[in-house]
Amino acid sequence: MTELPPAIRLESVSRHYLMGESVIRAVNDVSLTVPTGEFLALLGSSGSGKSTLLNLIAGLDRPTSGSVIAEGQDLSKMSSLELARYRRQTVGMVFQSFNLLPRMTLEENVELPLRLAEVDRSERAARVREALERVGLEKRIGHRPSELSGGEQQRTAIARALVNRPKILLADEPTGNLDSATGESILTLLREIQENPGMTIVMVTHESTLAQRFAGRFAVMGDGKLLSNGAPR
Amino acid sequence: MKFRDLSDLAFRNLREGVLRNSLTTLGVAVGVASLVAMLSLGVGLQQLASSRLAKSGLFDSIFVTPKTNLRRPGGGPPATRTPDARARPLDADARAEISHLPHVIEVYPQIRFFTEVRYEGKPFATMVAGMPESSKSSGAFDGMQGSFYSSPNADETILQAEFAKELNPQTASLIGKDLILRYAERQSLAAQPGEESSGGFSVVPKDMHLRIIGVVETEPASGFGGFGSGRLLIPLPLAETLRAAQVNDLRDILRDSSSDKPTYSSLTVRVKSPALVEATEARLKDLGFSAFSLLDASKSLRIFFSVFDLLLGIFGSLALAVATLGIINTLVMAILERRREIGVLKALGAADRDVKELFFVEAGVMGFFGGMLGTLLGWLIGRSLTLGTNLYLHRQNLPGVDISSVPWWLVLFGIGFAVLVSLAAGLYPALRAARLDPVQALRYE
Ligand SMILES: Nc1ncnc2c1ncn2[C@@H]1O[C@H](COP(=O)(O)OP(=O)(O)O)[C@@H](O)[C@H]1O
Ligand SMILES: [Mg+2]
Repeated sequence: MTELPPAIRLESVSRHYLMGESVIRAVNDVSLTVPTGEFLALLGSSGSGKSTLLNLIAGLDRPTSGSVIAEGQDLSKMSSLELARYRRQTVGMVFQSFNLLPRMTLEENVELPLRLAEVDRSERAARVREALERVGLEKRIGHRPSELSGGEQQRTAIARALVNRPKILLADEPTGNLDSATGESILTLLREIQENPGMTIVMVTHESTLAQRFAGRFAVMGDGKLLSNGAPR
Repeated sequence: MKFRDLSDLAFRNLREGVLRNSLTTLGVAVGVASLVAMLSLGVGLQQLASSRLAKSGLFDSIFVTPKTNLRRPGGGPPATRTPDARARPLDADARAEISHLPHVIEVYPQIRFFTEVRYEGKPFATMVAGMPESSKSSGAFDGMQGSFYSSPNADETILQAEFAKELNPQTASLIGKDLILRYAERQSLAAQPGEESSGGFSVVPKDMHLRIIGVVETEPASGFGGFGSGRLLIPLPLAETLRAAQVNDLRDILRDSSSDKPTYSSLTVRVKSPALVEATEARLKDLGFSAFSLLDASKSLRIFFSVFDLLLGIFGSLALAVATLGIINTLVMAILERRREIGVLKALGAADRDVKELFFVEAGVMGFFGGMLGTLLGWLIGRSLTLGTNLYLHRQNLPGVDISSVPWWLVLFGIGFAVLVSLAAGLYPALRAARLDPVQALRYE
């Protein structure tokens, strides 16, 4: 296992915001390595910089300094077009508020990344079905998000994140809008996905008790800094 | 993203805001409609004018006169007015030679003379004019009562309406009646033996019966090369056989004409198309005649219509400019509403370019539909203008005209222009949407 290159390596990553005269250090000199196949939980109080860090790994944002290396690629050296391709092919994202497009059916929502990745039309239906089967929603394929429960919507979002078969799954408080039982089932699903088809997962959460039961390792942030790197169990 | 997926998503977004987007599209349509209606009016009026002018023969005719300095004002006493060295008489030989020039379709003299007419025993004075065969199709006789001459030599006449009313206010009842033309025939004086030819002639009164076959409102014998309007129109070949003393015959006395052959004070030469006028005019000058055409007038007419079209186009474009603001507004509003959606698309891997193209296609689709609807509307406006005009003309007992015309290029132009303008209008919103920061758009509050 040790010979495998890490899925994600952060080297002294900082993300600063300028607010008038003052500088907000949302992420302040964070170095962190996530081995391939790990399920890492990123804990910390609200405003500690977890989402900002996750967006840097997702290639949605660029660090002020330091470098983010994911699957061997240095994101800071990529053009915005290459970053877009990285987001399509290498990472999948899940959000607290699901972020499904309300007027599209589940099928259309899950198909969206395939359209963006220019996957052949003939392949798409099978890929969408496969992804929805993985989260147990193949029977709701023609429904709209508003006809689904919160948990089902989050499953759909997970199917959408998986449909392009990424290597890394990034989840920002995926259980934040769900009751604890539903949240647990979502985490169970993520855990299954970590093993099959096999994926590196970084999940932001502030529910440490739940995270303890599912994640392989914790990293705790506070005020933009990495407070504890946790040790793999 | 592939174009098909882009347009799928674009159509989907347009359907989602169907009311606002159709109103925007309608705005484009109204803009395009006003543009197309204006231009169709411009094109229609131009076509009308140039077809009328082409039929009138004014622009494919050359007016030929002998090359002398006789008519030049201040030319000195007669003795010093020597003809140009290359000048030659405009006689039957010249006429034949001219008619054999390439592209020449017709050569005819202007024949007009004053005369007395007797109708039902009463005398009337009027001007007789000979009408060339080609005048049948020139449009000059459009809307006439009765019919055109049965043959080029028929003893028939068509009366100009004003003169016809002098004979009988009920002009229709004149048709089929006979009148008597009293004219003065010119007879050359035989030269006395041993004397030089005098070139003089005597004038002998003659009578001729003519049948009235038509009455015409317009003045076919006025205009280019004319010596006043003819009121009693007879076939030109018939007029030529009359050898009537003409208004300008006095000039012949001054001229040293040793032959008995008729000479013409002027000939009208018609060529196949206005484009051939310039070359033929040059040939005629080379032959030693004076030649003159109205080609320059047709050039300025074309310039006039270009400016006219431009002005109409500018008026039409103003409405389209307003429609452009509508598109910009709709798309900017859409960015505000679809912030999150744009953020999601970017998180799922959409490049800035994909987002830009999506907004661009949406603008283009609105432009395309607006353009199609607008062109149709513009055509309808043009049709109803034509209809209204014709209703008015009909009441005035005038023949109808087509004042608006939507040729294929105008349809393509209307749609193409709408799409182009819409894309231009989509430029700013599309760039703004593409630059939207996904992190900000997705922030959960
Ligand atoms: N665009 C921004 N401008 C200024 N400050 C920002 C911006 N985005 C985030 N921040 C600040 O960065 C800090 C970290 O935010 P965030 O990563 O969202 O925290 P968390 O996800 O841990 O709750 C917060 O203090 C937040 O106010
Ligand atoms: Mg957060």
